[in-house]
Amino acid sequence: MKADRRTLLGLATGAAVLGGTGAALAFGEKPLPPGALMGADLARGHRLGRGGFPPPSREEQVPVVIAGGGIAGLSAGWTLAGAGFDDFRLLELEDWVGGNARARRNATSAYPLGAHYLPVANAEAADLRALLAELGIITGEADGRPVYDPTQLCADLQERIFWRGRWQEGLIPATGLSSRDRSDLDRFAAAMTAFSAAIGSDGKPAFATPIAYSSTDAAWRDLDRVSFADWLDAQNYASPLLRAHVRYGMRDDYGSEPRDVSAWAGIHYFAGRRGLAANGAGDNVLTWPEGNARLANAMAARLGDRIAGGRIVHRVARTDTGVAVDHFNVASGTTTRTHARAVVLAMPLFVATRICAELGDARACSYAPWLVANVTVDRMPEGAGVPLAWDNVSTTSDSLGYVVATHQSRSVPGESVLTWYMPLSDMAPASARRLLIERPAADWKRVVRDDLLAMHPELDGMLRHIELWRWGHAMIRPTPGYVWGAARTFAPASPLFLAHSDLSGMSLFEEAHWHGVQAARGAMAHLGHTA
Amino acid sequence: MAEADPAAPRLKLRAPAGALLLSAFVVATCGLIYELLASTIASYLLGDSVTQFSTVIGTYLFAMGIGSWCSRYVKRDELRLFVRTELLIAVLGGCSAAALFLLFPLVEYFRLVLYGLVLAIGFLVGLEIPLLIRILRDFDFRETVSSVLTFDYVGALAASLLFPLVLMPYLGMIRTAFAFGIANAAVAFAVLLTLPRAGGYRGEKIAALVILAGLAAGFVAADRLQRLGEVASYAEPVIYAKSSRYQRIVLTRRGDDLRLYLNGNLQFSSRDEYRYHEALVHPALGRVGDPRRVLILGGGDGLAAREVFRHPSVEQVTLVDLDPAMTALFGATPQLAALNRGSLTDPRMTVVNADGFRWVREAEGQFDAIVIDFPDPTDYSIGKLYTQSFYAQVRRLLAPGGVMAVQATSPLVAPTAYWTVATTLEASGFATRGYHAYVPSFGEWGFLLAAAEPIAPRADILEGRFLTAATEPLLFAFPPDMARRPTQVNRLDNQVLVRAFDREWAGYEG
Repeated sequence: MKADRRTLLGLATGAAVLGGTGAALAFGEKPLPPGALMGADLARGHRLGRGGFPPPSREEQVPVVIAGGGIAGLSAGWTLAGAGFDDFRLLELEDWVGGNARARRNATSAYPLGAHYLPVANAEAADLRALLAELGIITGEADGRPVYDPTQLCADLQERIFWRGRWQEGLIPATGLSSRDRSDLDRFAAAMTAFSAAIGSDGKPAFATPIAYSSTDAAWRDLDRVSFADWLDAQNYASPLLRAHVRYGMRDDYGSEPRDVSAWAGIHYFAGRRGLAANGAGDNVLTWPEGNARLANAMAARLGDRIAGGRIVHRVARTDTGVAVDHFNVASGTTTRTHARAVVLAMPLFVATRICAELGDARACSYAPWLVANVTVDRMPEGAGVPLAWDNVSTTSDSLGYVVATHQSRSVPGESVLTWYMPLSDMAPASARRLLIERPAADWKRVVRDDLLAMHPELDGMLRHIELWRWGHAMIRPTPGYVWGAARTFAPASPLFLAHSDLSGMSLFEEAHWHGVQAARGAMAHLGHTA
Repeated sequence: MAEADPAAPRLKLRAPAGALLLSAFVVATCGLIYELLASTIASYLLGDSVTQFSTVIGTYLFAMGIGSWCSRYVKRDELRLFVRTELLIAVLGGCSAAALFLLFPLVEYFRLVLYGLVLAIGFLVGLEIPLLIRILRDFDFRETVSSVLTFDYVGALAASLLFPLVLMPYLGMIRTAFAFGIANAAVAFAVLLTLPRAGGYRGEKIAALVILAGLAAGFVAADRLQRLGEVASYAEPVIYAKSSRYQRIVLTRRGDDLRLYLNGNLQFSSRDEYRYHEALVHPALGRVGDPRRVLILGGGDGLAAREVFRHPSVEQVTLVDLDPAMTALFGATPQLAALNRGSLTDPRMTVVNADGFRWVREAEGQFDAIVIDFPDPTDYSIGKLYTQSFYAQVRRLLAPGGVMAVQATSPLVAPTAYWTVATTLEASGFATRGYHAYVPSFGEWGFLLAAAEPIAPRADILEGRFLTAATEPLLFAFPPDMARRPTQVNRLDNQVLVRAFDREWAGYEG
């Protein structure tokens, strides 16, 4: 009997060893793909917070200074140059311009680090259309509508969603819905169509893009005071599928949960786009392998050497003759004081308020942190259902999915770069920022890898490189009361002008561009310049 | 005597008892693996994985029940039957994946084979477990049922983890089956070795060794078996098969009929390809007075080029095909070069291996005639080669007075797709004329002429086996079932062609 038990024990041990070896073989972690963790220059940002810059060792006179080289600053510069006003400088903290619309490139493709598309412009966005025409993106007109260059419009298939093991076209699943899902989705779509078509008593659309062209009627503006989640509850939208779709939209454009954005901003996402274009392209978006860096670089090219990178603007103050701008040159380690007759502060408000005392504080502003990963793959993702699209979203993932950098440029399958997005929206922004900075790169890489492999088991072993980019303050959050409340309180008198999408409360190209154009025009008017 | 030394026989029997318990583990693991393999192969070949997994598992468990029940009729010599059963499972299970793959294209009732195999393996596994329990009971092994079931279930867990995580990715289906067949046979052999020599198991031992050797050979030759499986899915003998970076190239030959398949789709049959290529090339070239420079987009088989070179005025041909493996194959293989009459190695020929979509954007120069011979628009990446943006670039490359021909799928099967190509060419600034020809291996096939100026109704046709000056005008008549219909323009941002093509061919093929 003893012997038998020993036999059994021996066998059990043997089986355990065998099983353990098998498990180790199966679960033992494969090495992570190479690739760095990068982001905005933290040292320069912190330096700004710490202060202690040397006193100015040089002084100079420049009629107009633009501080900040994101889309707002570049748009301001583009507007000045376009009006024949050439004597200005654009100072940028980083060594590159573009802000969120920045890109990098490897042997496979260029790829975006942040903003990656621009919807076809609304009727009211006349200045934006002028820019697009000058850049050759709008090529002409047909039937009174602008014709967009078809190679820059997002190619078919635009979007697909992973739902119950299959990819479907679009961002809302069409099959496997409950009757509640269907009725809520239909009701929501009808409500958004009505909001989109609504015109205020002032003759302006209820929800315009840029938002400055929106009606001032209280009926709609009051929606800015409640959270979108509360509004959805009040309207009895309970379908989990609809709520998931809404959550996707809010995280996609605002990096935030529906509870953290105002109903006005939430509705704007669904009802603020009425693209004006020939050939039925009104619902489409413009996109490029490098994302919106295409637009940023095109604008920067016109500004040429008027752009100076590596300049930390650390103090902006009015003087008798205009504005003194103190900026520290990272390369030389010296501070220059530039006396300008007009200044455009084209930077986020949490930075602008720090260097310009009269602006007050930015307590009302909160910013969403994001993680973006660019994953170089040896082969294109596939999957059951409709084929690979430009934008690929999974209903089972907490990421926003990925866009395919080579979607526009390739007609043959092969290697590619997938740009994967995740806003850290489910916790307070400050905690999320800490997580973003403290969590090691390897852990983030695992998050990205596991998320992609859950959608695409066929990519196992095909992930060649994962490059991570963290955005601590990726975008302003349109929290309840911000868009038509707090954001409007930042309005310094000339010759100081603000230009940033923070002033709209929505981190959108259209908003940044609009503010840039307005600030440039204000500066030129102040100086008496006419084109 | 037995009472004098009661422990002795038990001690001797320890080794076989251990081997038998281990065999419970292996049997369970193998059984589940075969079941998972059958389900996976059925899903792979028949589709609808939920149904396949459900029915295979159901059948398997049912068969185990029958096996269990039948075990009661075994009255003696359980050990011998156990070993024999084990060997039989080794053979059936070990060869199961290879057999299913090889038989799929050959047998009419594949499900019969599939469920027959699942029933047989299930029956044998079901028979084995009660036998094992009875054998161990003879050895006075306490808690026999619990021990056997424990190993049985642990084995099931091992199998269900190993299968998706290790076996499928690293071994593949055919090798996995052979590997577990070997495990089954090895267990049988190990049990045989632990038994007393005098047991008279010589025959079983030899059988086990033969089976082990056979399964090992199958494991080694898995790649070759896989190829045989593919060969069986073509109607004709395969003479060449290669995966290039872009596609699977397969050549078959039966008698004088040489066929090219790309990704399983027939590209030409040497019996009737002259009909297709004469119709593709001569109506366009016959409308250009003395074409000198000709561009061919696609057509890496060199057959369209062969027809182009029949025009004595041709001085230069540029052929742009994505896949260097295709142009190399058709340039260097004597049999294929005979078919295209050496068109790819002609001194007047320049072969460019590039993505046509990119190439036309960057290309300079002009051509008197352009022949577009791309695969059908089955997906979005090929669909780009039929868009307004693409044709606008091609238009730059067409010399004044030049004419272009485009293969445009079947106007009978996919009329909307066919006329979408016409509408798209017109939206790109071309005048068009549609025509069609009957190619037996393809069916009724459609082409489009396109030119910057209105296209002449008459052509100077170079006579061939199919086309003559008298028959060419007949190709331009469309009966009502293929008649022109209004369609949208195929653009990069809508790709209506791919959608129409997919819908119409799916409807046709059911």
